[in-house]
This record gives sequence, C-alpha cells and structure tokens, in this order.
Amino acid sequence: NAVRFQVAAALKDGRVAPTELCQSCLSLIKSTKFLNAYITVAEETALKQAEESEIRYRRGQPLGVLDGIPVAVKDNFNTAGIETTCASNMLKGKKKLGECGVSSVTSVCICPVCVRSGSTDGVFGPVRNPWSYSRQYKEKSVQKSRSEDKESNWVITGGSSGGSAAAVSSFTCFAALGSDTGGSTRNPAAHCGVVGLKPTYGLISRHGLIPLVNSMDVPGILTRCVDDAAVVLGSLAGHDPKDSTTIQDNFKPFELPNLTDVSNLSIGIPKEYHAPGLSSEILALWSKAADLFKNAGAKVIEVSLPHTRYSIVCYHVLCTAEVASNMARFDGLEYGHRSDMNTSTESMYAATRREGFNDVVRGRILSGNYFLLKQNYENYFIKAQKVRRLIANDFVKVFQSGVDILLTPTTLSDAVPYMEFIKEDNRTRSAQDDILTQAANMAG
Amino acid sequence: QEVTVDVLDHLEQLALVDFRDAEGVERLQKAIQFADQLHEVNTDGVEPMDSVLEDRCLYLREDDVTEGNCAKELLKNAREKVEEYFVAPPGNIPLPKLEERETFLQGF
Repeated sequence: NAVRFQVAAALKDGRVAPTELCQSCLSLIKSTKFLNAYITVAEETALKQAEESEIRYRRGQPLGVLDGIPVAVKDNFNTAGIETTCASNMLKGKKKLGECGVSSVTSVCICPVCVRSGSTDGVFGPVRNPWSYSRQYKEKSVQKSRSEDKESNWVITGGSSGGSAAAVSSFTCFAALGSDTGGSTRNPAAHCGVVGLKPTYGLISRHGLIPLVNSMDVPGILTRCVDDAAVVLGSLAGHDPKDSTTIQDNFKPFELPNLTDVSNLSIGIPKEYHAPGLSSEILALWSKAADLFKNAGAKVIEVSLPHTRYSIVCYHVLCTAEVASNMARFDGLEYGHRSDMNTSTESMYAATRREGFNDVVRGRILSGNYFLLKQNYENYFIKAQKVRRLIANDFVKVFQSGVDILLTPTTLSDAVPYMEFIKEDNRTRSAQDDILTQAANMAG
Repeated sequence: QEVTVDVLDHLEQLALVDFRDAEGVERLQKAIQFADQLHEVNTDGVEPMDSVLEDRCLYLREDDVTEGNCAKELLKNAREKVEEYFVAPPGNIPLPKLEERETFLQGF
C-alpha cells in the first residue's frame, strides 16, 4: 500500500483510475465512521479532483507522483472551499480562502485549536484508534476485560493530529497532513502505528496553518512508510514567499537511498530520554532497535542532552504565551463564532470567547497572559527563552561531536484506553507524554 | 504564593476570557507553580532565543501589489456586516468592573 511504489505505479500504468481510488477511500471512510477521524469529507470536491487527475493521466501528464492520491488534512489548515473548524466552536461555520491541498482533500478531526492532548476534547468528539478494532487488541481485551461493554474499551489515538493518524492507519487515505508544535504529529503516529514526520522548522510553509506557537509550529506528515513521507516532503518543502519563516535555501526533492552499509553512521542514544514513566516494553524495543544498528556495524553511543528535563516547563511557558497572543484574533468580528451580546465591543469579544473556547484553551490563554504581565515577563517569558537556547544548544553540541542521528522512543507507553485517559486532567497528561518529543520543537 | 484577586481581575480584562469557576483559578495557580521550576536552571550569560532561525534574514518581497481585491470573499465569513463594513457594537466602553461584571471572581 505504499504510495511511492505500489499505488503511484498502478495509477501510472492505468491499472487503477484516480476516481476508483477516490471512491474506495470515500466508501471506506463511510464504513469506518465510528473512528470519528473525519470532520468534513468533501466528497464532491474530491471526486472532481479525481476526475481532473484522471484526464491528466490519460494524457500522460500527471503532475507528479502524488497526482490522484487521496490525502487527508488536519482541520487547522485553511483549505479553499472547506470549512476550517479546529474542532472548536470558535470556528464552526467558517469558510476561508487558502491553498488547496494535494489532489483530494478532506478535513480530519483533532482536538480543539490544537492544544496537545489525546484528540479527545474536540467539539466533534474523540477520535478512536483503529488498532482498538484489531484482532490483537480484541484478544488482549478479552483476557483482561471484566466489562460487558466491549465498545467502551477503545483506545485513544494520541494527539493532536489524532484524526490524521487514524485516517492513515485505517487505510482511508494514503497520506495525511498534521501539525507538530510539541509532538502533535509524532505522538499520534506512534500510537497508531504509522510514520509521523516533523520536518525541520522553516522547511515547509506554514501558510494556511492556523498558528499556535509561531516559533515552533510545523506542518506534519503522516504516511504508512518512510518512502512515502519522503515523497510528500518533496512536494511540500521549499521556500514560500507567503511564509517568510521558510528558509530561502534551494530545496531538492529526494528519494531515500537503500541503506545497506551503516558502518559510517554514528547513532546517539540520549540517556535523558530514559524518562520517568517509560514503560519497560518501550525500553526493551528501544534497546532492540539500538542493537539492530550495532549488529549491522553502526557506531552506537550514549550521549547527553542535559536540559531535556526542563523542556516541558520551558514549553509550557512559551507555548501559553504564544497561544495567548495567537488566540487574541478570535473575537467574532471578522470570522468565526460571534456572540449575540451587543452592549459594547469589549463585552461582545468577552462573550464570544466565553462561548467559543473550552476549558483547556481558556486556561492556556490566562496562563500565557500571566507570564506576559510586566511584572512577570523577565522571570517567566524571557527566562523560558533562555532555557530554550540551552535546550537547542544541547542538540547542536551533540551533532557537532560527530553524532549523525539520535535514536529515541516517541511516547512513554502505548496508547491507553479512553476510559483510563479521561481520568487525569489535560495538563498533567500532556506534560508527561511530551517529554520525548518537545525538545525537538524547541531546537527546530 | 497565591495570585491576588486584583491580578485575576486584571487577567480577565486583558485576555477577555473568564476563569469560569474555582477550577479555572486553581488551574492558573498550578500553572504558575509548574513554571517556577524554570528558576532552577542557571541561565547566567545566556541570551533569550526568539527563533531557531535567528541567524538568518527573513525573506522580504518586493513592495508590489500582486493580490487582493477579495473583500467580498472575506466579508462572507463575518456574521454582522453592512456593505463593505464589519459591524461592531459600540466601542470605547470599558468592560464592567469586577463588582459589576458577571464573573466567578465576584465571590472571591
């Protein structure tokens, strides 16, 4: 099912038509509705695009490898003609101009305004991990389960690009766009068993991506195999005049080489990533992966990223501060939900925001504003920016010392059942899981 | 160190978002406590980092008008409008003071 080799080849050879592919995905989306991965399915648009793609293939002029491939898009990207909601009441009922996605486009479910969580807090309801319905999980559940209700046993996707991950994992699309600010693409990818790529900051344009933390946000790529991730990266990366934070260096799309000789590879194992709460199963798999490389001839060494344990608190301050700023635009005047309150502009804004934001988002806005108060700015915001530099420098030092690549786990444990997940409050659970992904966003 | 009602009130006015209930205030308290861990780190001589791209210049395009004229499209998104205007309720009216506002903080 890899795009790069199988599907793209089938489209090119004419064995499969883009419209057929599109129809299959659409019907699979319908039959897997219980996963709740999709907010909007733009059926007509998708089919129209598929038809246009088919014409191009017949002429022998496909736009590229991805022409005709159904792709899902996280609902914090503005897509022409499709309502963008960010799974929040704040933006329900809004259509906005923006870039159109690759071939077919649909909008996937996330948690509201992309705050990190298990993709469970959105107004459209939680996303279910497709693996909840796998034979392996069902067998495991039967052994442990005391509950009569098998339906409530389902497992979360992680987040915040949970819908994107579930969509790719359940075969309803061939690739999906997510976003990654603290791990939001990598986390659900890990939990849903797919590839999640967080591109380097500045590589892919953020134009059209509703910002959370401008200095850390990136569009994320979710696919079923790494070759596909390379293909999607190839079509998205590069300077965009509409996003001045994209670097101007020339980007050339590439194919992943067949890596047969790893003897020149130096792999670093950051000891701080053996974090509190890391499950023994994941620790064992991490060791196993390291051993695979060692046995294949790579140089595997332990390294240190000493400021790792401060990345969560650093992120907490910087993220809430930027969120407070970025959420200020949601006032109901130009787009999105607007309250009926009419006595004054300020009270209309306040009522609109009261109605549109959930607890988590409100909490972040208020915290962020606290850290940005004059009396706190130096002690919290600036302090966090200094700690950020220390975290980023940890990576620079390690890579400068000859290490080519770092090997780490992505999550502390495997995906938990929804019933277990909703017991703790959002901030605690985000804080626990993000330790393995966040520092990479700090460092770019 | 507890956050005073004055600060909470100030935050509600700045953010135009309300604490809603005791849990909301508690959430802020915990957030501050959590953030205090930052003070364990020695940052003497360390410059704050705004962006990982700090060593580069942002791209600046030529000052030529290449797009626009989409007022009609943009106005479609707004709920209240008149011709080409977004309509707002009367301005220059400050948010009511704590005692007069409908806020959880009143009972604090």
